[in-house]
Amino acid sequence: MEHIVIIGNGISGVTAARHIRKHSDKRITIISAETDHFFSRTALMYIYMGHMKYEHTKPYEDTFWKKNRIELKRGYVSKIASNKKQLLFSDGATMSYDKLVLAVGSTPNKFGWPGQDSIGVQGLYSFQDLQQLEETAPNNKVCKRAVVVGGGLIGIELAEMLSSRNIPVTFLVRESSFWNGVLPKGESEMINRHILKHHIDLRLSSNLKAINTTSDGKVSSVIIEETGEEINCDFVGLTAGVRPNIDFLRESELNLGRGIKVNRFLETNIPDVYAIGDCAEQMESQANRKPIEAVWYTGRMMGEVLAQTICGTKTAYRPGNWFNSAKFFDIEYQTYGQVSSERNRAAHEVHFHWKHRDDTKCITIAINQQSGEFLGINTFGIRMRHELMDRWLIEKRSAEYVLNHLSEANFDPEFYHRFEKDILKAYCTQFQKVSP
Amino acid sequence: MSNMQRDMSLTGGGPPTSLNSLQKLGTVIGLAGLAIIILAAFNTLPSPSLWLTISLTSLALGILLYAKGSYQNSTEGIKNDGVWFNSISSKGFWAWIAGLSLTGFYIVLYFFPQLLGLRSDGGNVGVIALFDPLSRLLSGNPASQWFVYGTLYTVAIFAFGIKFIWKYRHNRYEKLRTISVMFFQTAFAFLIPEFMARLNSETFSLPYYDLKNIWPLNYYNFEQYRIDSFISSGTVGMILLIFGVVSIFVITPILTYKYGKRWYCSWVCGCGGLAETVGDSFRQLSDKTERAWKVERWVVHSVLVFVIVMTTSVISSYLGNDPNRYWLTKDVFLLGVALLLSIVFAVIWVFKKHELKKDARYGALGYLLIILALIALHYSTGNTLFVFEAETLRSSYGFLIGAVFSGVIGTGFYPIFGSRVWCRFGCPMAAILGLQQRLFSKFRITTNGGQCISCGNCSTYCEMGIDVRAYAQKGENIVRASCVGCGICSAVCPRGVLKLENGPLEGRIDSKEVLLGNDVDLLNLLNKH
Repeated sequence: MEHIVIIGNGISGVTAARHIRKHSDKRITIISAETDHFFSRTALMYIYMGHMKYEHTKPYEDTFWKKNRIELKRGYVSKIASNKKQLLFSDGATMSYDKLVLAVGSTPNKFGWPGQDSIGVQGLYSFQDLQQLEETAPNNKVCKRAVVVGGGLIGIELAEMLSSRNIPVTFLVRESSFWNGVLPKGESEMINRHILKHHIDLRLSSNLKAINTTSDGKVSSVIIEETGEEINCDFVGLTAGVRPNIDFLRESELNLGRGIKVNRFLETNIPDVYAIGDCAEQMESQANRKPIEAVWYTGRMMGEVLAQTICGTKTAYRPGNWFNSAKFFDIEYQTYGQVSSERNRAAHEVHFHWKHRDDTKCITIAINQQSGEFLGINTFGIRMRHELMDRWLIEKRSAEYVLNHLSEANFDPEFYHRFEKDILKAYCTQFQKVSP
Repeated sequence: MSNMQRDMSLTGGGPPTSLNSLQKLGTVIGLAGLAIIILAAFNTLPSPSLWLTISLTSLALGILLYAKGSYQNSTEGIKNDGVWFNSISSKGFWAWIAGLSLTGFYIVLYFFPQLLGLRSDGGNVGVIALFDPLSRLLSGNPASQWFVYGTLYTVAIFAFGIKFIWKYRHNRYEKLRTISVMFFQTAFAFLIPEFMARLNSETFSLPYYDLKNIWPLNYYNFEQYRIDSFISSGTVGMILLIFGVVSIFVITPILTYKYGKRWYCSWVCGCGGLAETVGDSFRQLSDKTERAWKVERWVVHSVLVFVIVMTTSVISSYLGNDPNRYWLTKDVFLLGVALLLSIVFAVIWVFKKHELKKDARYGALGYLLIILALIALHYSTGNTLFVFEAETLRSSYGFLIGAVFSGVIGTGFYPIFGSRVWCRFGCPMAAILGLQQRLFSKFRITTNGGQCISCGNCSTYCEMGIDVRAYAQKGENIVRASCVGCGICSAVCPRGVLKLENGPLEGRIDSKEVLLGNDVDLLNLLNKH
């Protein structure tokens, strides 16, 4: 029986395994050095905040794997001998495979800051990171101040986590406004204000220069590049993005770039070796998509696609319309299609922006200036129906059509206040259209 | 390094769990209110009106101050920080203390009311005497243990209801729903029956009737003494009796068809009201395993069969045999029950068989055959209906289900098993509504395309123990018999994946092979039905 071995029990690897099982009787093994069972990485923050325990973050009961004949192996693969189709574990054990799926995920970026490897300095990606955080920053007696470096999705989550335990947080953001490489100005600035409302010491346009340590190697303070200011702290979170976790593959014959290079079929340069999820780098670029997309959904989608190929229906990875979501403290964010920040905006892309006076809800609709086509939407504090947004993008509806039918796409709970009329009115004012 | 870390955890590791000063003050004031009641149990207090006022006010005030301490400095949004660190909400020491105290209270209430000071001659002492002034004010009668319970129940739903509204102040669905349960508890369960008692006289005597308490939750509604008083109370009594029948056979199916069982379980019902307000801190404790689901299906439907058997038996025991005196004779009634059950079963079997799991089919068929066989046996051999005497059935149901299951276990163990143990495993009303919700209702929880990140907040905070995530991550709508539509899964979802909706029956349940977001051709290929 063909043996499919998957390294990594995150969303990509597990999705691939589940779908391979659905379509075949192949022997499947999932290897992980991180945990015995699959858990939701995105839920790590809720464990620290006390919303859930680790047990709750496991999407399948522990009996699921045996029932579905998916073998689980706890271990760290240190080497891949692709000529022998064999894996070597750090404890000396070996395992043979017929097909190998690399779903090894990411690791936090470090940019060579002095002191970046001190005790009390860490990223937030793995279960071990969470355990480390629990040691270093259990409460505000042990950790009197925390510094979070890097204004992205993990950075703001880490800031929220620490402040849930009443630990004062200084949040260093390199950009002049939070995540403004991705978010348009109006949204980014609203989130700045929301961060401040949560008593986070937000420092915009601030880079980390160095991390100082005590004589026993523990972090004691950080120095800010721009001002030279020293901030005393007991914890430094490095959240300046992630990169593919491929250092252990450097000596293999795999074609590596920033990630593991794959073609449209998620095949690497070595036959019968595939890469999916955060660690995969697409060689052929897809319209409007980055070569590496380290998000939950793309990992899942690659797992779905690769399972088809492995089970005999060779299928290319062609993601549909981009979508994503996040939560910034209390404000939920959803995005569908393409809404660019000022930095990345093409000349033809114009934006309609509406913000509620309570400063917690806003939407931005990206429009093709020439054709009037609806390019994408960002919503904050208002939920939208994925299915409908996706359909409108496929059908290349006009922005005006979308604005006139926005109420159909609303996904907020029943009895919530609705804003479609205000939004349409604002659109007509901004774009000098006659109100319907 | 390892030494240092161990030192660190010794010198105050672990997340913060202490109460802030306002929460402490609230706890002290609330407990003081409780202390007055406990004191009254041992020494009948002088000037009960004064002490009762002080006691109830302190209870409510304590809860409100605690809520203020919890939420006044926080922004609008989900407030689950530290739920699994705090002893009371994570089955810790204080949870066990609270669970044991509540259980003890229920045991005294149901089985030893004399310990509360109940005296049959009306000269109450102790706790019940403390509540006499309020009871006399409302109904003109002295208090009973049920009046004491009803008052505390109402105060609890009211005060914890305000706390709940404060906690979910960003969520209008939760606010309206909570105002609704607070209203139905105060007006329908507490005040109206007391005022109705005022109308009673020598010749006119309505039974105590909480109008929203529908059979079979209100399992005693058709007992002889109640039927007698309904009938003896003229038009009003007859209207109430007819309302009791109509509410289960007409009103309930219509509302459940349109809105799902939530219209009752989380908007109207008193048990649900307590679970949603007082029990809110314990909703995360429900068991989510598949095993628990299996147990739930068998137990709750067995209770339903039990209540049907018991009620049929009780009603038939007081019906006559002479059709000339009254058309509804024992025979007509028994055949009617058999016919009704057969029709309901046949309709489900013909139209919805494919939606039932194998064990559900066998279970339903088995239970139907048993009931029909028992009725047939009664006619062929002349034995007692259902083998046991009606009175035996009635009293054992009252003891096992009415008291032990719904009270002692259902509410007493809130801090250990979660807040909806009774509603999930025991309530026959929930079973009927659930059957209908699963098979003939417009209600569902819609999942939002591919946006689920499997985080597990929805499943964790489902008080009914539904593994919501299992559906959401498959892009499948949630259509479950047990869902009471509290809306918390949707509220705690960080990615806006869940929405409670009433919509067309078509396409209500649809599981997807590949989720939205992937290659359109692949989606079409694999999701074809």
